[in-house]
Formats: sequence, structure tokens, C-alpha cells
Amino acid sequence: MTKYRINKTRFVDQTKTVSFTFDGKKYYGFEGDTLASALLSNGIHLVGRSFKYHRPRGIMSCGSEEPNAICQINDNTDLTEPNVRATEIELYEGLKASSQNCWPSLNFDIGGINNLISPFIPAGFYYKTFMWPKSFWKKIYEPLIRLSAGLGKSPTQPDPDIYDHKHEHCDVLVIGGGISGIISAKIAAKNNLKTILIEDKNILGGSTIYQNNKNFIIDNQKSNEWLMNEISELEKLDNLIIKTRTSLAAFHSYNYLLAKENISDHLPLDKKNGSIRQRLWKIRADKVIVAAGAIERPLIFNNNDRPGIILANSVKKYLDFYGVSTGLNNIIFTNNDSAYETAVSLFEKGISVKIVDIRKKSSSNIVKNAEDLGIKIYWNSSVVNTFGYKKIKSIEIMNLSEDGSNVTGNKHKIQCDCLSISGGWTPMVHMHTQSGGKLDFREIDQVFVPTEKSENHINVGSCNGDFELEELVKNTNNKVKKFLNINEDGFDKISVLCSKESEKKNIWLLPNTISESKTKSFIDFQNDSTAKDIKLALREGFKSIEHVKRYTTTGMATDQGKLSNMHALGIIADTAGVKMGTLGTTTFRPPFTPLTFGAIVGRSVGKFFDIVRKTSIHEWHVQNNAKFENVGQWKRPWYYPINNENLHEAVQRESKAARDSAGILDASTLGKIDIQGSDASEFLNRVYTNAWSKLGIGKCRYGLMLNEDGMVYDDGVTTRLGENHYLMTTTTGGAANVLSKLEDYLQTEWPELDVYLTSVTDHYSTASICGPNSKKILEKLFPNKDFSDETFPHMSYQDAIIDKIECRIMRISFTGELSYEINVESKYGKSLWKNCIAAGEEYKITPYGTETMHLLRAEKGFIIVGQDTDGTMTPIDLQMDWIVSKKKYDFIGKRSLYRSDTMREDRKQLVGLLTDDPNEILEEGAQIVSELDKKPVEMIGHVTSSYFSPNLNKSIALAVVKGGKKMNGQRLFVPMENKNINVTVSDFIFLDKENKRINA
Amino acid sequence: MFVINCPYCGERDQSEFSCGGEAHIVRPKQPTELSDDEWAEYLFMRKNIKGVQFERWNHAHGCRKWFNMVRDTSNDKIHAVYKMGEKPPVI
Ligand SMILES: [Zn+2]
Repeated sequence: MTKYRINKTRFVDQTKTVSFTFDGKKYYGFEGDTLASALLSNGIHLVGRSFKYHRPRGIMSCGSEEPNAICQINDNTDLTEPNVRATEIELYEGLKASSQNCWPSLNFDIGGINNLISPFIPAGFYYKTFMWPKSFWKKIYEPLIRLSAGLGKSPTQPDPDIYDHKHEHCDVLVIGGGISGIISAKIAAKNNLKTILIEDKNILGGSTIYQNNKNFIIDNQKSNEWLMNEISELEKLDNLIIKTRTSLAAFHSYNYLLAKENISDHLPLDKKNGSIRQRLWKIRADKVIVAAGAIERPLIFNNNDRPGIILANSVKKYLDFYGVSTGLNNIIFTNNDSAYETAVSLFEKGISVKIVDIRKKSSSNIVKNAEDLGIKIYWNSSVVNTFGYKKIKSIEIMNLSEDGSNVTGNKHKIQCDCLSISGGWTPMVHMHTQSGGKLDFREIDQVFVPTEKSENHINVGSCNGDFELEELVKNTNNKVKKFLNINEDGFDKISVLCSKESEKKNIWLLPNTISESKTKSFIDFQNDSTAKDIKLALREGFKSIEHVKRYTTTGMATDQGKLSNMHALGIIADTAGVKMGTLGTTTFRPPFTPLTFGAIVGRSVGKFFDIVRKTSIHEWHVQNNAKFENVGQWKRPWYYPINNENLHEAVQRESKAARDSAGILDASTLGKIDIQGSDASEFLNRVYTNAWSKLGIGKCRYGLMLNEDGMVYDDGVTTRLGENHYLMTTTTGGAANVLSKLEDYLQTEWPELDVYLTSVTDHYSTASICGPNSKKILEKLFPNKDFSDETFPHMSYQDAIIDKIECRIMRISFTGELSYEINVESKYGKSLWKNCIAAGEEYKITPYGTETMHLLRAEKGFIIVGQDTDGTMTPIDLQMDWIVSKKKYDFIGKRSLYRSDTMREDRKQLVGLLTDDPNEILEEGAQIVSELDKKPVEMIGHVTSSYFSPNLNKSIALAVVKGGKKMNGQRLFVPMENKNINVTVSDFIFLDKENKRINA
Repeated sequence: MFVINCPYCGERDQSEFSCGGEAHIVRPKQPTELSDDEWAEYLFMRKNIKGVQFERWNHAHGCRKWFNMVRDTSNDKIHAVYKMGEKPPVI
């Protein structure tokens, strides 16, 4: 046993030694230790440097509130994790931990220079200092700040661990496995309610489980022994799930809660392999009982941040739970009775202890107990300074004045190696407020307690402000019975004896004799904000607690101010002379403790991150070397390079082939909606801008769909399959939204229409063959069919059979070429495609991808919704007046086309652009100006599509330009980083303006 | 994450639904008769109440039906759900 492991407990197995390293040096602890207790057992307090001043900092607590002891775990491996609290991580064989925020080392830190210049780093320093000169920002300030900012190091490899999600429902969820949680869970489970009890530590029992003081007796047993029996009875109940190592992350409305279970974090590396690391529980509970406990407050005095200054109850836990003494010469500094339990416990183990108490007296049993043992108590005294750089060595105390606002008399110096501090307790109201609950301020002991209003959750125990054991047990019992509608249970006749606190005193910022500007009284230890920072913020005019918090960064570190928020509020209230209850608190947001990204995403990583949709022809594309692009969730062939062609070369070849002979495109991803019903024609009339009533059966028509604001929303060809039957196609990316929008109108605005919509996108596969030889290929595929223009004209459809498979042939054109689309049931898609390729071989049929399709469309000035439009373009802006019916009384978006704004002549309008140099290709998205030397430069439009057209042998572009309709022939400029490109506005139909190719 | 009682399916998790904004705004029958201001009122103007609000909801990942819901936006308490076309309840 080490010098500081002075006690044997049932919680740490001292027969099982565990080795670990800290900052590269090997140490030993035992099974059951946390990293923090193992370090302390080796006499190590110094574990990190503070964020701003790089002051040495030590372990300060034993739980999730820890501000200082944050470590990097398993550094330089793919399992590395930053910002892990040493107080929470369970020790395992081979654990490698290192301190953070220190350079070059924990013991010698260059950033510590900030401590010496700290009078010059006040609140808001970063905001104030780095404002000027402006030119310094990018090269000097930002790199400097980046070097010194941040806590740990992010892993550089993908997370190798497995995470899981689980959905659970229960009658009662109890949050917290301390004494009040155990009583609650037992009452619920014994009354046949399906109950879940979650506890973030590895064992149940909270702080009572190591409470062996004779002043706390339940049913004639010491409270820890009584609770031990309760737990073993609880574990026998079968409608109760107990989840230890499980912490509540969020408490949402309607009792929807997230809890994170650590499954293998505490296991040695060789045993973690392959097991799930963490599981996120998504729990919907009928009733929630919050028994989250309370956090001990520090005291705020000069130099209250030295290593060796630890919260008093944490000192007790290290002693009575882990068997570790945090020091051999202890002083306890307190404003309340609870720290006396620590003093008695230390004394009973033969460790030197003295008490400094800001109160004048206290006559409770526990204080008498300490006095009877002969423990020296300095009443009405306060610590005014501490000494010792890397570990506390001594303190100075003075007497408090009558009203506590000052210190008087002589300074008295006392040697020590550990200072335990206790400023009272703060109920953990985070869960309650997360769920929407409000708080009341209780003056007598200066705490915020939950306002009980919800029918669906209650708070019990110390998180409800019940700090005394007797009231805690009785109130919990009564409250839970009422909440769950239970008449009687085993806790009704329980007898509790406990020490009762009679004297209360609280001073948020303890007084000092030296001027405030020379003190460092830390409030937020992790973010290094001090009492004087808060006062400075108030002097500079900040009033709201939310603003003070952001300006001083108090409460904004990874501990979310668990230790600091109350003191910040108290000092603001005292300084501003207002009541604390009127200030309100800052907002507590989930998660309560940091949550790993792994736990949040669960199994939805890698190929499970999002659905990947592939057409039935996908395998062929892969085999034929296609490069793919994502369009929505679809994988679409982008281009098909041959012999190391790059994108440009492949697209030039594909585009030329499509116009010179034949090209084939997999068009299966286009959205397809089957529309049936006696009002189908009327419905189309209302949703498209053009007229549909007169479209003959077997005919196809292009349609443009607007939003109600008049902006182009989607486009596509719709075919009339029968009297009351249409097949609508939509853009690939817009399919789901179009269906939703149409359903919305049908269900809510026009329920009288007899129309039924069915998504059939996945039902059909489509091969689109275009080019002057496409007709010949179709004739080969369907030898019995007449493809003459008379019997099968452009914009019509016919049924056909290929290889006994029924198909629909639409003669419609994406590209302005003669083209046919063949649709078959998806399962026959690949065989259809192969047939088309075989039939087209003699014409060198060329598969092409989306890039060539865009180029071919741009040559013809066919817009691509989403590329040439951006939700601010009307059909008039696109010069598509021809498709907007003047005769129809109404359609979606019609009225908006006549708003003064949509009729402005200087709206951005679609134009063509030709570069002076036919080989110069504009960049899509490039800005367009009309005058180069005008300042500021007026941006009048931008390029939307731009290609080198192999069929025209020059560069072409589509653009939207203010007032562009009237600018034909005008010279404009596209300014780029190194040059200005001269362009001329042109017609946006670059090729075959007469549409001859469609019937070629 | 609240629980919504779809009038067609029953209680389901909020993640199955999408909100379609304020309810009981009827699309004008004769839009061409409206002034720009009147049309803009229909098109753009929506209340954003802190308190009881009448909303359209769609059971998007379920029966795909639209319905109306009365929700208190300050605490997410749902006072009523009712089908399209039904009279709004008095709250
Ligand atoms: Zn439904």
C-alpha cells in the first residue's frame, strides 16, 4: 500500500493491482479505483494547467462536476479521447492518461507566463485586444490563439468503436441510484410498475453508501449498512431494470429521455475488443422520478485554486470509499455542518485535521462530535490566502467582521497539505429544467429548488433541496406514494436519526484585506474566470446573467459551470444589490455531461449513414467503368471514362456521339408518380402552368410546376396513359417533395377532387436512347413496330413487347435529339439495357452520364431545375412565357406572376453567354458585371451552367442577369482572380433553334 | 420529442410527423380578384404565437394523412387533434 492508501473499504479490491501510466510514468492502483483516486493514492494532485493563465491545477472533486482533472486517454492511438474526467474514468489495466493544456510539460509550462501577465488579461480580453490592427488578425493573432486554445487533441483516425441505440418504454424511470432513488425505485417496482433505475456510477448507493458516521442512523443501523441491505433486496425485484454506469444525457418533453450507458469503457484494452462501447437509451417513461442529488459548492477566496484544495465531501469519498487520504495534514474550510463528517472521518483514521468555519457557532450533533474528539475549530474565520505552487503548503486565516463583509485582526498562518472546502450544496436541477420545469429560490440556504408543477415528473432527495437525512427519507416516501398513487409501503414506519444543521451562513465572495485587483478568487476553474472578472463585466455595463456569462466565459467550459454558476449569480446579485431570486439562472442545456458523437450516431455510420439508392442497371455501369455522382440518395453515372480519360475528355466524346450517332442514358432515377381518378386532368391543370384537358390519350407533354409564390419548383414530362390515368415524371432530386406537395393540395385544398397519387419511381427502369440513329436502334429492338413519324410522332407513347416483357416507349427528348425512352418493370431493367447496347453496337451507341446530359441540355437552352434555377426564378424570368397558360383561370403560383415584384423588368433573367475566346470556359457560379471600374463593383448576375460544346466547337454558358432579356449582343465581364473575361450576351438556345433534330 | 395522436393511426412518436405551419388558412377561390396586398397576406403572413396555436401536421412517415392540431407552443402541450375539414375545437 502506498503512503496515502490508508484505509481498506469494500469498494476497492486491494488484492487486485492495476497498472496504468500518467504522463508516461507507470503507477499502480486497484480494481475499483477511478483514475483520480489512483493518482491521489500515489500522492499526485497536480493533473493539469488552467485554460487561460496555465496555473497548476489539481483534482478538486470526485464526479462529473470536476473542472480540473481532465485528461487525454490513450493518446497517439485511434482510441484516443480528449477531455475525460479523471474522477469519472474507472481504472483498468494498461490505461494511458496524460494531462492536457500543458506545453512542453505539466511541471514546466510556457503558457504559465500568462499567469505573470494576468493583470493584463481581464474579462473580454480576446474581444478587446485582437480587434486592431486589422491586418494582424490573420497572420499573428489567429495562429497564436489557435496554438493556445482548445483543450485536448481530437483523434485523427475514424472511431473504431461500436455504439448502439436502444428504445425502451417503462412505467417509471428513476434517475439516480442514491438513497432517494433507491427508495423511489423500490416503491415503484414493488407495486408492479415496470421500473428502470439508472445510475452513472458503477455501483448504487450515492454518498450514503460510504456514510458510516454514528450520527446518521436508519432503523437502528448506520445509514450505509441499512442502504446496503435495501440494495440487495432491490436487486431481487424482477420488474426492475437497474442500469449502472448509465448517465442521463437529456430530459425532453413528454418524458422522452436519453441516457448513455458505458459498456466497455472500464474494461482493459484486450477485453474491449469487439464489444459495444456505449449504448444510447431512448426511453419513453410514463412517470419520471428525478433523484439526481446535489453538488457541493466551493468557497470563493484568494488563490482558491491550488492543487490540494478539494471539495470536503470528495475528500470523504476518497477516504471512505476508495481508502485514499488526500492529505496527511488537513484543514477543512466550511460554512456548513456537512464538512464536519469529513473531519470526523479523517480524525477516526488518525489523520491530522483542523476546521476553519465562517460561522460563529453550531450546536448540531456532528459538530459536537467533532468538538468532543478534540478537533481544533477556528470559528468566525475565513481563509484570506493560500501558499504553495504545485501543491498547497499553508493558508492564512483572519477573523470575520460582525456582518461578514470584512476580515479583521491578525493573519494566522497554518501549515497543511490539503485544504477541504465546502460552501454548502447545490441541488442538481438540470434534469428538471431541461424538461421545462421552473425553479424557486430558497433564501434560507441560498438554493434554487424545483417548482413542482408537472404531473409526469417529480424531484426527490437532495436535488429537491431535501438535505437532511430524516426529511429526505420521509419526503421521498410521501412524495413518491402520492405521485404513483400508492397507499402503503414498507418505508412508512421507518425511523431516522440524524444530525440537524442549526446555523447557516453564506458569503459568495469571501472578504480580503488586499485590494480586489490583486486577488485571484476563481469562480470557474476550467475557464479561469475570477470574481473580479465578473465585477468588471458589471462595471462595463453588462446586466443580464446570460451576457455576463458569455463575456467572462463563466460556466461555458465542458463542466457547464456545475461548480461556478451559483457563485457567479451570487456575486452579481451582491454587487448589483438585487435579490438572487430575481436574477434567474442561466439555461441548462442537454447533454448534462458531454456525449460522444459515437453514442449519438449509433450504428448509422459508414454505409449505414444514409440510404444509397441504385438503379437496376447499376451493376452494368460499375462494370463499364462509370464514375458516379450523388443525386439525392441516388447514385447516377456521371461519365464513363475510357482509357484514362478525364471528365472533360469523356464528356466531349459522349456529347459528340449522342448528337452524331446514338447515346444511351439510364433515366430510371427520375421521379415517377402514377395519377389516377376521374379528376386527374383537372388536377394537372391546377398544378402545372400549362393546359392539360386537351392532351390526347397516348400523348406526352412537358410541364412546369411552380410554388404558390410563382417560383419554378419542378419540371418533367407527363404522359396520358388512359382517360383517367397519367404518369408524371419529376426531377430526380425533387420526386419526394413533389409527391408531398401534390398530396398536401389534394388533401387540404381540393378534397373534392377524385384523384389518387402513387409513387412508382422504383417500379420502372428507363433507358433513354437519343441521336440520329436512335430510330434505327428501336426498329432493331422492336422489329414489328412502326416508328414512322406519322404513327409514332414526337411527344407520344406506345406499349410494346420486348423478349416477352411489356414495356412503354415514350418518344420524348431530354436533349433536343430524336429520342425514345423505354420503360420496363425494374426487375427487367438490366436485360433491357443490355438489349439496347447490343442493338446499338453497329451505331457505336455510347452510354453517357449526367454531365453529358447537362451539356446537351445547355446546348439547347433547356433549363435544369436546381442548377439554372434557385427558387427565385419565375417562368417569365426563364423566358418560358410559352408554357404559362393565359387562358387558365388559376393554377398554383399564377397569381404571384402578377405581383409588382415578379413583374419587375430588372429581375435576373436567363440568357446565353459567349466568351470572346471560344476556348475560354466560364466557371459556374462566377459573378457577372457590366462595368469594371465602377466602385463598388455592381454584381448583375452569375453563370449557372457552362461547358465547352464539342458540337458547336466553342464555349457556351447559361447565366441569369438583371434585365438580361433586353441585353442581347451586349458586352459584359466576368471578373476572375487573375483576369477579366469578356463575354457577349446571346440567345440561350445555342444549337438547332428550329428544333429540326427532334425529327431527324 | 412529443407524442402525437394521429386521428387515423393513434399515438406515434413526433419523429414520424412533419409540421405544415398555421392551420385554417384557406387558399383563395379567386386569386385573380385579389390585390397584391391581399394575395401577400395569404401567401406570406403567418402568426407565430407563444401559446395556443392551430397547426397543420402530416403523418409523413405513417399514413401520410394531413390533419390539424392545437398545440401550446410554450410547453408543447397538445390540446386537440382533428381531421381536415372538421370544425376547430374551442380551446
Ligand atoms: Zn397516421
